Amino acid sequence: MSQQNDPLIIAGKSYNSRLLIGTGKYRDLDETRLAIEASGAEIVTVAVRRTNIGQNPDEPNLLDVISPEKYTILPNTAGCFNAADAVRTCKLARELMDGHDLVKLEVLGDQKTLYPNVVDTIKAADELVRDGFKVMVYTSDDPIVAKELESIGCVSIMPLGSMIGSGLGILNPHNINVIMEDCKVPVLVDAGVGTASEAAVAMEMGCEAVLMNSAIAGARNPILMASAMRKAVEAGREAYLAGRMPRKKYASASSPLEGTIVG
Amino acid sequence: MQIQVNGEMLQVQDDITLSSLISQLELGEKRIAIELNLEIIPRSEHVETVLKEADRVEIVHAIGGG
Repeated sequence: MSQQNDPLIIAGKSYNSRLLIGTGKYRDLDETRLAIEASGAEIVTVAVRRTNIGQNPDEPNLLDVISPEKYTILPNTAGCFNAADAVRTCKLARELMDGHDLVKLEVLGDQKTLYPNVVDTIKAADELVRDGFKVMVYTSDDPIVAKELESIGCVSIMPLGSMIGSGLGILNPHNINVIMEDCKVPVLVDAGVGTASEAAVAMEMGCEAVLMNSAIAGARNPILMASAMRKAVEAGREAYLAGRMPRKKYASASSPLEGTIVG
Repeated sequence: MQIQVNGEMLQVQDDITLSSLISQLELGEKRIAIELNLEIIPRSEHVETVLKEADRVEIVHAIGGG
């Protein structure tokens, strides 16, 4: 299979799966685990939050369910609205993960859109890269911002397809194409994908991978959708590698016209 | 003395260490990370880190998120 000879490489590490998934919004940890397994994802995002003081000490921990030995855990900075908070969160994440320094940087602009605050995203990316972090960065679909983040040294550029959790698909494929044209590090679509065909579209365009959470967790049957996404991402990648047929203005018969019994 | 843990005021004994605080909060076995007055305190230093009045401690863990 082409999948085996076609690894996704992020920060020097190879992955067979080109689907990265989040762990938010699931009913419970069991559903989270089953969805991850069905998706085939090898990179899984988590959020970093205050522990509840006085909570049940026997409560299962997310990292017991998705073990860092089995998966590449990608801590995110979701919920941070400025560079300082995002940098603090990444440093806590690195300590939490015993020095593992791959992070998903997202600095948000406002609650309504969850659009990236690109000014603070650039500021935080710069500080984190200098501090030795490998930064996968969530950003807008602005090619100039993407280029800036690449030149800072981010290991992956992750433009949004549409707003986080919106399920509106890839609203500006042209911009994602422009970003990919020049970018030397993997470009992933992060956010916006709503269903399998949209994941396939991202992959057919030539994106290196897709990162999603709500499209799976928000489906009526998240585990079945996780499986659908796995297939869509694989199908989209293979279609990209295969190279689609050219579009034609008029029909072109698939069966030979010679030898027909008509006429 | 009083310290602040995850934004809440907490009464603790004087000169308590970080590791004692963690076990008092029954967080010992969890996968956690700690920041003291905005500085990360590595796991290996929890035993020797003595807290003082009005210290601000943040204790975090991983939860589900995209």
